Amino acid sequence: MRIRVVLPQHLRTLARVGEEVELEVEGPATQRSVLDALEARYPVLRGTIRGHTTQRRRPFVRFFACEQDLSHEPPDEPLPEPVATGAEPLLVVGAMAGG
Amino acid sequence: MSGVRVLVGTRKGAFVLTADGKRERWEVSGPHFAGWEIYHVKGSPADPDRIYASQSSGWFGQVVQRSDDGGKTWEAVGNEFSYDGVPGTHQWYDGTQHPWEFARVWHFEPSPADPDTVYAGVEDAALFRSTDGGRSWRELSGLRKHDSGPRWQPGAGGMCLHTIVLDPADPRRIFIAISAAGAFRSDDGGETWRPVNRGLKSQGIPDPEADVGHCVHRIAMHPSRPNVLFMQKHWDVMRTDDGGDSWREVSGNLPSDFGFPIGVHAHEPETVYVVPIKSDSEHFPPEGKLRVYRSRTGGNEWQALTKGLPQRDCYVNVLRDAMAVDSLDPCGVYFGTTGGQVYASADAGESWNPIVRDLPAVLSVEVQVLP
Repeated sequence: MRIRVVLPQHLRTLARVGEEVELEVEGPATQRSVLDALEARYPVLRGTIRGHTTQRRRPFVRFFACEQDLSHEPPDEPLPEPVATGAEPLLVVGAMAGG
Repeated sequence: MSGVRVLVGTRKGAFVLTADGKRERWEVSGPHFAGWEIYHVKGSPADPDRIYASQSSGWFGQVVQRSDDGGKTWEAVGNEFSYDGVPGTHQWYDGTQHPWEFARVWHFEPSPADPDTVYAGVEDAALFRSTDGGRSWRELSGLRKHDSGPRWQPGAGGMCLHTIVLDPADPRRIFIAISAAGAFRSDDGGETWRPVNRGLKSQGIPDPEADVGHCVHRIAMHPSRPNVLFMQKHWDVMRTDDGGDSWREVSGNLPSDFGFPIGVHAHEPETVYVVPIKSDSEHFPPEGKLRVYRSRTGGNEWQALTKGLPQRDCYVNVLRDAMAVDSLDPCGVYFGTTGGQVYASADAGESWNPIVRDLPAVLSVEVQVLP
């Protein structure tokens, strides 16, 4: 299935992509499977959204979709149906913080 | 005519400043990696077009950038800094033990012989090495696993390995410094380490002459005399003539013996530069006068260098990695401030001019001489 992911500005620059990328994801669409596909396609993003070894989301990164904050959902929880069907994107968001 | 390239890391990006050998007219390129903290940018002595940059942010972590064309274009390379084995713990601010956690790369030190070999000093303090141009990193874990590791503690900026000095005459000998653990030396290429802090006295720790726990800010070496090192400590300017086995204070007549950077003249091994800073906690120049101090006697006797530098109402800081010397004749000296100025002297410090005045806060300054 094709999943749409919207990246924050700094990660677009790093990966040299536009605002939204489309990924082919094998199996159920979860945070983990989508991030695995994203990092496989754009290895430069490894370590920038979740830790290399811990695989935990970095504290100032959030995951939104369908007007919900999914950041605290387990990484293997299925993403909302509109994300899985490609109707809605998964938003990777840099928290509005800092100076 | 040969030229120079000054590599500047700031709180919000990197800048590349270039000039011919006269060092009067400058071209500025950047910001590169706009919006990211650039703790350090340094070129390879073996290939000046090979440059490594440490790019990090509180949001997205560590990225390592590499250029193969002198900073015109960049490629992100490996950013996985995994501690070897179970990382263990070090002392935390409240006296409890705290697990080692990677935060960022403070300093890159490229090998003098091989452009693909580069060392990285990181926070929490550890030393990594890459032999494939930064694509992969391996920890030299004998340092972190030293018996004293659980007694190391962070300074105000974090527990960072910020200084790496490679002995040009003996590739097995490496000096590093950690805030706040002190200086360490390896004589076997980084496999094993021992503290080299005898002679340091730090009133801010329970035993002022302890073997570890000192807040060393920077160490500098002249390549012709690798056993002679100069150190700017949190307080005190120090010197060793025996490769760190013993240190003695050479602060002499400095208006403040606190500061961050220290550098050695490219052609005069007894000529040393520091920037005195007022402390504790003010961290701006004494009397609001930005002065570089130069000793031509290897310490103790210091002369203020002020021509072209602000001598009133100046309250900037100069951080530990923000001073560099070039190898032209006369020797060029460069430093950057937290106010965004980068000053250059083309006459060994006699006079200064700002190359740029309004960059973001400068974290690091390095210089390369180009053919």
